[in-house]
Parts: sequence; C-alpha cells; structure tokens
Amino acid sequence: MTFTHALFYLFSAILVFAAAMVVTIRHPVKSALFLVLAFFSAACLWIMLEAEFLGIALVLVYVGAVMVLFLFVVMMLDVDLARMREGFGEYLPIGGLIAILLVLEMVIVLSSEMFSPQNIPVPLEKAAGHSNTRELGMLIYTVYVYPFEIAAVILLVAIVAAITLTLRARRKHIKYQNPSEQIKVRREDRVRLVQMKSEKRS
Amino acid sequence: MIPLHHYLILGAILFAIAVVGIFLNRKNVVILLMAIELMLLSVNMNFIAFSHYLGDMGGQVFVFFILTVAAAESAIGLAILIVLFRNRRTINVDDLDALKG
Repeated sequence: MTFTHALFYLFSAILVFAAAMVVTIRHPVKSALFLVLAFFSAACLWIMLEAEFLGIALVLVYVGAVMVLFLFVVMMLDVDLARMREGFGEYLPIGGLIAILLVLEMVIVLSSEMFSPQNIPVPLEKAAGHSNTRELGMLIYTVYVYPFEIAAVILLVAIVAAITLTLRARRKHIKYQNPSEQIKVRREDRVRLVQMKSEKRS
Repeated sequence: MIPLHHYLILGAILFAIAVVGIFLNRKNVVILLMAIELMLLSVNMNFIAFSHYLGDMGGQVFVFFILTVAAAESAIGLAILIVLFRNRRTINVDDLDALKG
C-alpha cells in the first residue's frame, strides 16, 4: 500500500463519514458544517485526480459561497426542530434497504472486467509544467464557448430571481398596479365630456 | 495507483447516502437541499474520475457547468425557502399543503 493509497482511503473515509453525519445529525447548522467537511475532502480527492482547478473552485465556490448561504438561511429561519424530527427513522428500513441495494448493484457492475485496471489503465502522471487550468481554459473558451455563455446567463438569472423573490421593498415612490381597482373603474372616472365653442376661423 | 472503480464505488456510496438522507429528513427542506448537493457531488466525482482515467478533458468541463447550475439552484432554492418561511412561518414539508396535492 503506497502513500497515495493511504491518502485516497483517508479522504474517502472522511468524505463518507461527513456525508453520513450531514443526513443524520440533529441540528441543521452542524449538518451544514459537516457538508463543508464533505466538500473539502472531495476537493482533496479531485486534486489527487489532477483536476486542480475544479478542486480549488469547489473550495472557493462551495465552501466559500454556497455553504455560507446555507448557514445564513439556517440561522435566519426559526425552525421548530422537535417537530422536524417527528418520524425521523420512520422510513429508515426501506431507505436503507434501497441504499444498500444501490451500492451492491454498483459494486457488482463496477467490479466487472470492463472497469478493471487491465482495460482502463491508470494514466501516466503529467509532466511538471502541465497546467490543468490552462487546458480547461483552452477548451472552455473555444469548443464550449456557447455553453459557457449560457452558464453565465443562468447565473445572472439566478441572481435576479433570488433578489426579486426575497425583496420586500414597498417604497412610496414605486407605483404598483391594483388589478381590482383597474377592473372596477367606470367611464365617469376616466372620461369627462367638455362643451366648448368652436373657434372662429381667422 | 488507485484503479478507476474505487472512485466510482465511492461515488455510488455518496449517492446512496444522499438517497438515505432524503428518506430520513423528508420534513426539513434545508437538509433535503443539502442531500441534493451531495448527490451532485457524487456525480461530479464520477465525471472527474472518468475524465482522468480516459484522458478526456470534456468531463471536467461538464463538472464546471454542473457546479454553475448547482450554485444557481441552491441560491434560488434558498430564496424560495425564505419567502416560504415569511409567508407560512414554517418550512415543514407536511405543512406545505396549500395545493392539496
């Protein structure tokens, strides 16, 4: 067993443990913190797979932004934990059975000849000057440039949606339509007939 | 070195834990969202493992886009959650029965 093996099993063990704690622990804040641990060890595994850019992006985007968002929301909401936990283990037998079956099936399939190291050999390590970020950037800005722009638009739409959903500003100088008043309007409210003399032609 | 199927089995275990999480915490929307994040993480793990072992960078590009969409999804999901809590004073799934579904 080499050092790489030991690292892989260490990170995997931490990852599985943290994931299990996320779904079983009582308090949502602790659950979010364990999710941070899970993302962190997943980032370590990705860096072991020579996906350095995505590993760092996972730490920056998920641990830095999304999980902070989760923590904020969890702390803002005043959740009745006792009611939330009602019937916690109710579906554990069937859920556990499904999960064990899922893992067993995947183990059977993945242990077959097709995924064996003979068929898919471990790739050689890249040279010292190799840059994963550069290679990814070359692909994203050439082949995948349209999907990249669509992803940017998706993020923009998410920003706008999140703001409009949670915005509560009903300020005085903003005018809103009132549909019921619009429907109930009568002709006398809007139209005024005026009698006036016609002008003389000069 | 570590063979490919170790990473794939790790992804399967993560996915199964997330499924169990959805079964266990079916009342708490926040933890449901976290379980969905775990599922996406396991999918990303598979993508990166295949990308490394097959020598194809396309898998990593896909992970990039999945991260983008997942961030947007969780942002909008949490915004919906906050609006929900403001209006109903609860995020218990059992109380969200206004549609009588």
